[in-house]
Amino acid sequence: MNSGERIFDIRNIRVTFDTPDGPVKAVRGVDMHVNAGETVAVVGESGSGKSQIMMATMGLLASNGRAEGSVTYRGQELIGLPRERLNRIRGAKITMIFQEPMTSLDPLYTIERQISEPIMVHGGLSASAARKKALELLKLVHIPDPERRLKSYPHELSGGQRQRVMIAMALANDPDLLIADEPTTALDVTIQAEILRLLAELQKKLGMAILFITHDLRIVEAFASRVYVMQKGEVVEEGTTDDIFHRPTKAYTKMLLAAEPEGSKSPVSAGTPILLDANKVSVTFSSGGGFFSRSAFELKAVQDVTLTLRAGQTIGIVGESGSGKSTLGRAILQLLPSEGRVVYQGVPIQGLDRAGMRPYRRNLQMVFQDPYGSLSPRMTVGEIITEGLLVHEPTLSAREREEAAIKALEEVGLDPIMRNRFPHEFSGGQRQRIAIARAVVLKPTVIVLDEPTSALDRSVQKQIINLLRRLQESYGLSYIFISHDLAVVKALADYTIVMKTGRVVEQGPTEEVFRDPKSDYTRALMRAAFNLKEVLKRPTEAHA
Amino acid sequence: MFGYVLRRLLGAIPTLFLIITLSFFLMRVAPGGPFDRERALEAKVLENLNRVFHLDRPLWEQYLYYLGNLARGDLGPSFIYRDFSVQQLLGSGLPISIQLGATALLLALLIGSVLGTIAALRQNSWVDYGVTAVATFGITVPNFVVAPLLSLVFGVWLSLLPAGGWGNGGPANMLLPVITLALPQVAVIARLIRGSMIEALRSDHVRTARAYGLPARMVVIVHAMRAACLPVVSYLGPAAAALLTGSVVVETIFGLPGIGRYFVQGALNRDYTLVMGTVIIIAVFVVVFNLVVDLIYAALDPRVRYD
Repeated sequence: MNSGERIFDIRNIRVTFDTPDGPVKAVRGVDMHVNAGETVAVVGESGSGKSQIMMATMGLLASNGRAEGSVTYRGQELIGLPRERLNRIRGAKITMIFQEPMTSLDPLYTIERQISEPIMVHGGLSASAARKKALELLKLVHIPDPERRLKSYPHELSGGQRQRVMIAMALANDPDLLIADEPTTALDVTIQAEILRLLAELQKKLGMAILFITHDLRIVEAFASRVYVMQKGEVVEEGTTDDIFHRPTKAYTKMLLAAEPEGSKSPVSAGTPILLDANKVSVTFSSGGGFFSRSAFELKAVQDVTLTLRAGQTIGIVGESGSGKSTLGRAILQLLPSEGRVVYQGVPIQGLDRAGMRPYRRNLQMVFQDPYGSLSPRMTVGEIITEGLLVHEPTLSAREREEAAIKALEEVGLDPIMRNRFPHEFSGGQRQRIAIARAVVLKPTVIVLDEPTSALDRSVQKQIINLLRRLQESYGLSYIFISHDLAVVKALADYTIVMKTGRVVEQGPTEEVFRDPKSDYTRALMRAAFNLKEVLKRPTEAHA
Repeated sequence: MFGYVLRRLLGAIPTLFLIITLSFFLMRVAPGGPFDRERALEAKVLENLNRVFHLDRPLWEQYLYYLGNLARGDLGPSFIYRDFSVQQLLGSGLPISIQLGATALLLALLIGSVLGTIAALRQNSWVDYGVTAVATFGITVPNFVVAPLLSLVFGVWLSLLPAGGWGNGGPANMLLPVITLALPQVAVIARLIRGSMIEALRSDHVRTARAYGLPARMVVIVHAMRAACLPVVSYLGPAAAALLTGSVVVETIFGLPGIGRYFVQGALNRDYTLVMGTVIIIAVFVVVFNLVVDLIYAALDPRVRYD
């Protein structure tokens, strides 16, 4: 193979979806190419059409989608190619890995079967030869205990392991081009770093080209040699990674680069009154132990966590999935049964029932991660925002509640005219503003924010961070900010707690924790989040 | 798995006991008795009958007596068909009901899943609309309309098939009742398969199978079909129990000696033991089929565990 040869050429591709509201142009004429052995990134925010180009190329568009234009692989036109002939290329010469490691593998079949199928179909191998190949591939992607894993089902594997299985499938037939569609977005940062390191290592070993689709500029910078920046179905800028990151010419690219969370919060003084004091909070989940069976399975989700929140303070709780950080947030607000002692403004609230907690609820508010699931689809935004007032200020008239809704919407930067609309008419960022308005309208003192920015694009995330900062300054709010995203915590919190498997591994003033992390785990997190490039150079170890 | 089956069967005993107890007393709450006639029997005859069938004892004694017999596997004598025990009645009728019901179920599964799959693969085409229309028709038209129409057209007008009767269970005799029983099931299964198949075809793992160049046939049969079967399997438990225990409408219209009619006749005649026998049979079928469904489900879906 001749390095530098152009193997994949996209010319003026357009993707249109027919919807009940008329045709929607998702991709409006994009040119792109990939040379042999090269790593190219396509970066853009949600809705930029970056994934749809690849779906169109691979014949995977939804049934209401149409692709026009030209995509050639080594001179062979792919758009409009009959399915039988396309099937000889996809899965063999061009392979794909997807964003959702949880759902991209068939839950009903073993790993062995799923890796073997494309090997048998494309390579014509027998079942036993395919099995041998599958085992080799699992070793290649460093899955621990590969023999046993062949017999496993997807639900028995972690997210990182499933993504390794997908990579093994992708490599099975010696592809020329691997298209990776946000392959690490659903994974924890440390796992993400390992998967990226694996891809880089395999590319070096096997020499295929990689087309990497992502919204995450840090990955692009560490991983790709050339970049296409997409916005609203078009490529706005293209160039080498070095050019794009250091000499961007287009406003949109500059905006994306500037969207990394910035700023910091100075700690509150030591004498500031304590609002919320949680002492040795533990949460245990048990399952099983039904009527007829004896053994119950117990999971200690949170173990002996102590935190003190002072007026105007923001405590950041950082951890990967399964660290217990969300559970801790809920336990502190008495939304889950827990052990320990929680005191709010001198009053012990630990173990209070619903009615007992009600007087304190308006002061202790919560904002959830999923802006799609946490707003009732059958209520108008105005009703959603003022529902809490019905409970906590029952004397207010409908008119006064309306005024409160208008004020709250203005507060979070939304046009109050929108209060009669329903949540589905809003974008993710707008919905998160609505959720914040719902909390703020009650004039709380403490808000627990559970990954409030994780489902949002970076540029929207930055706006939400600025909004939270402004509200904190205006009302002297205290936040408990739960996130897996170290950059966001660094920008917003003045005190940081790092959690792993239910325990606190490190805590201290944010500035200190980030400048000089004491525990190995915190250091690994920091490297994966802030120094990906260095991590990718290290040799691969077998796990995840 | 064996331990699981055993646990489930043992767990069913209290359920059955509760059903038997409730039905026993509910039957007795209903006014009238097995020997009430338009013209009352002579007092002496009635007294003798009551004594023979233990109806002169207090209710709790009758209940214990029934349970005692039941524990020995004796369902008691029928009060109305006085030459037969309930065992004999059910023993001759049940095989016929099972034969009809099982044939109808298999037919419905076969036709229903083929129709549903075709409709899903050609979503929003005329084929799809056709299947959906037929399915809606099958669900909405009641069997007491379908049965006489079939009998009239094929039995009387065209004289192709017997209009009724069991014969010796020959295919000609079974055809019309089986069609009547299967029609609504075809409709339900086709709709279920269509819905779950459309969902399965849109799922991420089917997208993966396509992206890896697997032949279309393999994508549909291996990766989409198995997931699409799961809701149908859940539906089949109660459906099978209902089909195999006979249908009073179909048996009456086609004059078939199944057990479905005993349930209605027994209840109308206050034939206490016969109703109890039918209740027990149906309850056992429901319990067993739910267990079978759970076993099939676990075999199809590795995420399901026995516990």
